[in-house]
Amino acid sequence: MRAYQKTALRFLLIELPVLVILVFALAPFVWMLLTSVKPNADLSIFPVRYWPSEFTADHFKMLWQRTSFFHNWLNSLLIATGAVIVGLSVSIPAAYAFSRFKFAGRNMFLTGFLVINMFPVVLLIIPLFVLMRHLGLIDTFIGVIIGHSTFSIPFSIWMLVSYFNAIPQDLDEAAVIDGASRLQTIRLVVLPLIMPGVVTTAIYVFITSWNEYLYAMMLSGDKVRPVTVALQLFIGEFTVQWGLLTAGGALIALPVTLLFLVIQKRLVGGLTAGAVKS
Amino acid sequence: MHPMTRQKLLPYSFLLPALAITGVVIIYPVFQTLILSIQNYVLYAPDEARYIGLQNFQKLLKDEVFWISLSHSVIWVTSIVVLQLLLGLGSALLLNQSFWWRGVARALVIVPWALPSVIIGLIWTWIYDYNVGVLNDLLLRAHLIDQPVAWLSHPQTSFAAIMLTLVWQGFPFFAVMILAGLQTVPQELYEAARIDGATAFRQFWHVTLPSIAGIMATAVLLRIIWVANSLDIILVMTGGGPGYATYTLPLYAFLRAYSEMEFGYAAALALVMTLLLLGIVFLYVRRQAKELA
Repeated sequence: MRAYQKTALRFLLIELPVLVILVFALAPFVWMLLTSVKPNADLSIFPVRYWPSEFTADHFKMLWQRTSFFHNWLNSLLIATGAVIVGLSVSIPAAYAFSRFKFAGRNMFLTGFLVINMFPVVLLIIPLFVLMRHLGLIDTFIGVIIGHSTFSIPFSIWMLVSYFNAIPQDLDEAAVIDGASRLQTIRLVVLPLIMPGVVTTAIYVFITSWNEYLYAMMLSGDKVRPVTVALQLFIGEFTVQWGLLTAGGALIALPVTLLFLVIQKRLVGGLTAGAVKS
Repeated sequence: MHPMTRQKLLPYSFLLPALAITGVVIIYPVFQTLILSIQNYVLYAPDEARYIGLQNFQKLLKDEVFWISLSHSVIWVTSIVVLQLLLGLGSALLLNQSFWWRGVARALVIVPWALPSVIIGLIWTWIYDYNVGVLNDLLLRAHLIDQPVAWLSHPQTSFAAIMLTLVWQGFPFFAVMILAGLQTVPQELYEAARIDGATAFRQFWHVTLPSIAGIMATAVLLRIIWVANSLDIILVMTGGGPGYATYTLPLYAFLRAYSEMEFGYAAALALVMTLLLLGIVFLYVRRQAKELA
């Protein structure tokens, strides 16, 4: 009897509220997925039909056949990959230096990278657009990728410094005593150990770049337009075609949601490393 | 080169690529913004741009839309961050309890955080739709409203509707951060409190809250900056309308640049906004820098 009461109480006070929160968090997302597989007839009736009368792939087919969506999807893939490569290749050495060297200006630079990450997009985007136009980089992959390094580099440096700091310096020193050069130490000792951190940072930068809208909108045109911008243009073009729009939304959101679920635990570790440790 | 000098320059050479790129894409644009803000630069007539001193800033003080946007921004940031914090704190406390599907719940609650803002704007515009939207349907079925509401095209409801969207997007961030903080609270503290006969509420007030205050403060500061800077969801959902009902400061600056091509005036708006935020940025940076320095 008491065990039964305890279970009931836990359900009422904990599991039920958690369920309500989860429904709130997930319902809009699920609603998008459901809409994307409903026939058009279901979408234009009121009161709303919640469960599809039949499941259809028509909206996805139309995206494939009648729009540039898959081209845009590939553009997004290229841009996000580029943002990861550019971001990490300059951030890994920088984060290593912050973690392992003492040098004049260290704190100033480290703080600087934090401050610039807080700058509003609107502060940077206007001159960046003017600059890219001067350099002829509007509507090029390199232009959008460089635009995305405004957030990928500062963010990566801060994440990676906390991962580097988590590796004891004794390991570096032991390697040096064994006769390894600094580069060998980095390559054979330090890098393998922070690989999980590098992967987490890479995935987060990928997601952020994939999701990004404002820089992409300002710096891209027909040639390199990513999915987020393309979808927003569809909203203008196909005002009432909710099936098509949600199908596009699903194809944009699913990959990054899965990636996010993969890294979430380690990401939280990195984000909170500074704040939580006593 | 002398080996000592080389040793000293080594860290800078590691930093150089990162510094070079951020110099071009962040530091240079910031200085450009400063210069643009004292010019009457209009994109389609760049050659006519002239130095006009502080005229942009004087104009801004008399600009009614600036004041509307500013007051919206203040209400917007305060309400959204407070609601996100409360909802996130509640979620974190619940997700810190033990029940058999806790792992799944913890993973799924972050989904809104992972989504692109364009998709978020799209989903919620669809939910708020006047004719066939699911929100009107649910409220009608529950007899909470008598007839459909045009959520996004009424000045009275559009601002709140977008705020709800932002709360939805951001509360998982608080939940996850606070949950991480809760997991570091030593269990002995609770045991000691229980031995002293503290009620659940007093345990929360005297043990839990002080232990997570630091991480909550960090999360709040970070979130204030993010919400204050964010404009893409509004841009997608209403574009600022109806009228000026959903204008915020970053959106106004962006629209002045993007739609009106008035880069000089937009730069002045962006600068004022950055200055207003600087205090919060300073508090946040001071907290974080202490940790890693």
